[in-house]
Amino acid sequence: MSLQILSGQLLVGLINGSFYALLSLGFAVIFGLLGIINVAQGTFYMLGAFGSWMLLNYAGIGYWPALILSPVIAGAVGMALEKTLIARVYKLDHIYGLLLTYGVMMFIQGMFVYWFATAGRPYPVPFDLRGGFDLGFLFLPKYRAWVVLASLIFCFGTWFAIEKTSLGRTLRAATENPQLTRAFGINVPALLTFGFGAGVALAGFAGVLAAPIYSVSPLMGGELVITVFAVVVVGGMGSILGAIVTGLVLGVIEGFTKVFYPPGANMVIFVIMFIVLLIKPAGLFGRER
Amino acid sequence: MTDHAGREQSCLAIEALHALYGDSHVLQGVSLEVARGEVVTIIGRNGAGKTTTLRAIMGLLDKRSGSINVWGRQVIAEPPERIAKLGVAYVPEERGIYATLDVTENLLLPPSVGPGGMPLDEIFRLFPNLRERRRSQGTRLSGGEQQMLAIARVLRTGARLFLLDEPTEGLAPVIVQQIRNAIDLMRKEGHTILLVEQNFRFAQRLADRHYVMERGRIVDMIARADVASQAARIQAYLGI
Repeated sequence: MSLQILSGQLLVGLINGSFYALLSLGFAVIFGLLGIINVAQGTFYMLGAFGSWMLLNYAGIGYWPALILSPVIAGAVGMALEKTLIARVYKLDHIYGLLLTYGVMMFIQGMFVYWFATAGRPYPVPFDLRGGFDLGFLFLPKYRAWVVLASLIFCFGTWFAIEKTSLGRTLRAATENPQLTRAFGINVPALLTFGFGAGVALAGFAGVLAAPIYSVSPLMGGELVITVFAVVVVGGMGSILGAIVTGLVLGVIEGFTKVFYPPGANMVIFVIMFIVLLIKPAGLFGRER
Repeated sequence: MTDHAGREQSCLAIEALHALYGDSHVLQGVSLEVARGEVVTIIGRNGAGKTTTLRAIMGLLDKRSGSINVWGRQVIAEPPERIAKLGVAYVPEERGIYATLDVTENLLLPPSVGPGGMPLDEIFRLFPNLRERRRSQGTRLSGGEQQMLAIARVLRTGARLFLLDEPTEGLAPVIVQQIRNAIDLMRKEGHTILLVEQNFRFAQRLADRHYVMERGRIVDMIARADVASQAARIQAYLGI
């Protein structure tokens, strides 16, 4: 086993893990705050990627502005959806939120397939991040290093915002006891709209990061969301730190499995999910309810 | 009883308040009034609707009708956050300490709803236990400390009308004394307090008036001066 192959797969694993972490983080924020199992998280990832593609091809707006604009647009779409549809199912069983967001996913994905067909569209790597570093044992493309770095910054930034700031304090309180939190004069419904928008924007951000690596296609999120769901279950539903750590670690484990036992790579995450559910049903970082 | 809403000194005026919990009709036409600066209790047996009355005032019940005026503003259709912003503070029976927040975070959570809130160091002087435990997770505190925290939490906000639900329930006498000191201080500062209390001996020393509640209605009102002469009547109401 050569160091090159191992470190190469470590990098691939870290990249995939970065996307798992960002997506499951958004998923965890939304589930923790709203109790909604947002199956459409992959769709918003696709919207983020398509947003940057459209900004580039229709408006000539490049990668860096798109990195901010596209998640903001996705977040705004999310907030509109929360106001009009999702806020109506909070009082119902989780399954209704799951079905509703599944419907939203089918609708948005269907529209994009209708408009753009399913073929992937390339998105150029931004000029500043072309090329790479030769580390001797590994050629590290700059863009991939950037993806890992950006996702780490965003993940831990989100964790910090929730655990250490006054906004996060209010969000945690609203999650734990929404009624009492309202009785203190905090507008919890508005907070939920914002939280959903923020969770969706995280997926959109991941989508923009992904555009230059994977091709942009209407179906790009649908496949990912199943893996992300497994990551969230392993980490613990609604656990912020669980989503981040599990996302990265499972990405790396998946990468290494490709080296040691290639046929197992596609299912290793699900095998781990199976084992975790047997031993600790609330997930590795989850609290028993 | 129609002109209460307009009266300057009326802080809280409730008329013909009905409320439902699921299918059960818990409040069946509650009417009561609390003037500015008054300390008023609602007494009565378990299940009479005392807690539900406080929750209804706070806007925490979906199905309610009638009239609730807070400083002359009709709030029957308002959401809880709007009612709180009028300067109303609620200390629930279960205390409502957040497990995911430490003591300081619990204290800092409620936003300011008016001027003149108590500064943090003064709160810590009133409840020294809270200062010692300010880094502890909220629900790691003892029952008495949790009750102190629940009261301290709303003293900071500048609220002027306090709804306290059984603040002494299940607490040791030493702690009850501290809670009483806090309520005394609130009254001295001119705050208005509506107190639900099972412990009549505690309520009796604090309150200007007592409303008696039975089966979802206010059935009697006893002024502080009459408490001694009406002892037998009160005992009958409370079923002691």
